[in-house]
Amino acid sequence: MAVVVILVLLAAGSVLFHLLSPWWWTPIASNWNYIDNTLIITFWITGFVFVAVVLFTAYCVFRFRHRPGNQAAYEPENKRLEGWLAVSTTVGVIAMLAPGLFVWNQFITVPAAATEVEVVGQQWLWSFRLPGADGKLGTSETRDVAPENSLGLNRNDAATLDDVIIEGGELHLPVGKPVKVLLRSVDVLHDFYVPEFRAKMDMVPGMVTYFWFTPTRTGTFEILCAELCGVGHPQMRGTVVVDTEADYQTWLAEQQTFSQLTASSDDSPKAVTVVASSAQ
Amino acid sequence: MVDVRSGIGEAVPPAEVEDVELYHPHSWWTRYVFSQDAKVIAIQYATTAIAIGMVALVLSWLMRLQLGFPDTFTFIDAERYYQFITMHGMIMVIYLLTALFLGGFGNYLIPLMVGARDMVFPYANMLSYWIYLLAVLVLVASFFAPGGPTGAGWTLYPPQAILSNTPGGKDWGIILMLSSLIIFIIGFTMGGLNYVVTVLQGRARGMTLMRMPLTVWGIVTATVMALLAFPALFVACVMMLFDRLLGTSFFMPAIAEMGEQLQYGGGSPILFQHLFWFFGHPEVYIVALPAFGIVSDLISTHARKNIFGYRMMVWAIVVIGGLSMVVWAHHMYVSGMNPYFGFFFATTTLIIAVPTAIKVYNWVLTLWRGNIHLTLPMLFALAFIVTFVNGGLTGLFLGNVVVDVPLSDTMFVVAHFHMVMGVAPILVIFGAIYHWYPKITGRMLNEALGQLHFWITFLGSYAIFFPMHYVGLVGVPRRYHDLGEAAFVPESVHSLNAFISVAALIVGAAQIVFLFNLVWSLRHGREAGGNPWRATTLEWQTPETPPPHGNWGKELPVVYRWAYDYSVPGAPEDFIPQNQPAPGRVSHEAAS
Repeated sequence: MAVVVILVLLAAGSVLFHLLSPWWWTPIASNWNYIDNTLIITFWITGFVFVAVVLFTAYCVFRFRHRPGNQAAYEPENKRLEGWLAVSTTVGVIAMLAPGLFVWNQFITVPAAATEVEVVGQQWLWSFRLPGADGKLGTSETRDVAPENSLGLNRNDAATLDDVIIEGGELHLPVGKPVKVLLRSVDVLHDFYVPEFRAKMDMVPGMVTYFWFTPTRTGTFEILCAELCGVGHPQMRGTVVVDTEADYQTWLAEQQTFSQLTASSDDSPKAVTVVASSAQ
Repeated sequence: MVDVRSGIGEAVPPAEVEDVELYHPHSWWTRYVFSQDAKVIAIQYATTAIAIGMVALVLSWLMRLQLGFPDTFTFIDAERYYQFITMHGMIMVIYLLTALFLGGFGNYLIPLMVGARDMVFPYANMLSYWIYLLAVLVLVASFFAPGGPTGAGWTLYPPQAILSNTPGGKDWGIILMLSSLIIFIIGFTMGGLNYVVTVLQGRARGMTLMRMPLTVWGIVTATVMALLAFPALFVACVMMLFDRLLGTSFFMPAIAEMGEQLQYGGGSPILFQHLFWFFGHPEVYIVALPAFGIVSDLISTHARKNIFGYRMMVWAIVVIGGLSMVVWAHHMYVSGMNPYFGFFFATTTLIIAVPTAIKVYNWVLTLWRGNIHLTLPMLFALAFIVTFVNGGLTGLFLGNVVVDVPLSDTMFVVAHFHMVMGVAPILVIFGAIYHWYPKITGRMLNEALGQLHFWITFLGSYAIFFPMHYVGLVGVPRRYHDLGEAAFVPESVHSLNAFISVAALIVGAAQIVFLFNLVWSLRHGREAGGNPWRATTLEWQTPETPPPHGNWGKELPVVYRWAYDYSVPGAPEDFIPQNQPAPGRVSHEAAS
């Protein structure tokens, strides 16, 4: 009998924990309210099923526990009941899947107006690149990574020269404008994760991945790495600041372009060739 | 309507083949060590699996100490922490759960439950165990190798798994891990072929497939899946070993490590993930399906009632097995693979919820109008239902592609998979051991110790993993040696982590009670007799307990009915063994 009481308490306790505990997601700062809403729908449906199954189990144990003289019923199948349960489960599953796929379609459809921003991960540092005056990001290649070109940018691509480079600093974004975040890694897997944005995506060496979002409020948010990337994984932190348009322009004007950075560096292009050829 | 009880009392076809003479051991060594008897092999598998499982348990304590009380235990540095989580995960999934369910329960129960004298290929079966043991030893060796075991996470994702900033990446750790997995798969294949062929070829007369207990259905379906899924892991391990040792680039693109160019180029890290999860997702069900099967039999026996919807249960097992081969990329929604895969894999993943839910309904409907004996196996079965439903439902969050995006790689995932494929199957393992220990040893396990073990394990593991979902919901990522300061994490999360760690220490300690019970009851347990639970299935009808080599004495059993004739109206007892002919027929016809 103890088990009946405990099953009931467990169901009730789980619901109370959900409703009363202080642990909930951090306030959202992007357009992905839909994700939060789908998650809440899922909580309601699954929570209802969980409580129903546990309470039904508890009731069965209470009502049909062994007492002298009891005999169990003999009922191998009940097609109507089984069919009815299968159909209603299917309906519940569709109720969760349909909004999920609907939002996923939005998630992977980048609006044409989105500006591109590149995030580059390496053990254990975040770097960023903005397209610069021409609005285009230049090409890049892991093979071109060298001490004075840590992002592996292509010097021969005209589009690269005006790209704005931020190494190990803060990324700033203007509020209210959709951003397509292009993700690249030069060593191992990383994952660009800002809890307030909800969206995240792995960064895979050898390819460019992406996601998009629109920052919806100004503020300073922490970037974490969400894909194990070696012993320094938890220390791989960065900062993204969502600014008003005016603040953003002020910040942007202070940043250095690729050509400014290479001009200020003392290394000759020769050194690059040596490192690159030694890797062949 | 087809009556599932059909065949009761039907004429049983005569034996078409002579009973084959068994290999008989000639010495103590061939009887107990290099034994070809599936029951001895089962105990060897189980003992080895539990022993290495205790290592995984200690590792989980160490990682929880670090998470609950960071900065207190300075010897758990980042390197060691990642080694602990990696070895804990791999041991639990492969070397404990897979080995114990298939090698342990599969070996013990398949021949007995289908009425065979032994596995069809006893010699290969013996080899299977010794190769498994070798795999375990190679794995353990990595603890003593220079650089220690690998700390790549149990998923072993390249490129980091074989690079220098991951523990064991440039030392022996990853090499020994990959070698051990390769050896394990070779050994498993020998055992696995045995389980499948024995079920297909070795059944007693009258034991049609649709009269087999669900335990056998669960184990054999899981084995078929494992035979199909493990080769993907095998290939992935061989290729990564080549990348590490021979400098090939199967999974390695051009890499600049700490600014220095490496000699790799052209490979695909995502290819490894596809291969890994092509194995890894079926693996979840390789662990779950035997648990589904076993728990069905525990519930039916201890509720004295036939399993509800037997045929639906069989088909659910088969359908889940099939579907689980086409859902693997739901582990990769944010991996950078083509985002359109998300539509397909979210749909297949959520479809699996339907047959899985049917299984849950049928378990609780078996309780309905039953005659529930709250024995230890029944308590563990009830705990399994609660835990499995909880863990299964959170799978609907993670499977539903867009909901997964914020939750993936957080502690929510850790909580989910521990609940559904850690705690739930292990509760079934405990229930199964309390249930079959009397057959294996002839003695009952101690009830009081068992109750203590049950309550701490059930409520304790719920206290560990239920709140952990909320740590993930806050946004705390998994695989963080030290969370440090993070603005979005309230201070109270650290207190919650400490609470979870204390619960984990207590639950771990409770397992010592269980181990003590296993050993103590060998000599001091109450005599069980041949069929203490008054069960219908064949393993309880052996002429001797524990069953000797060859299981059945002179005559093989003949099967006349399905495995679930409990509380048949009009029958003198509330169970009719599968090998009992006439009286059941009379009672059944009287009832219908």
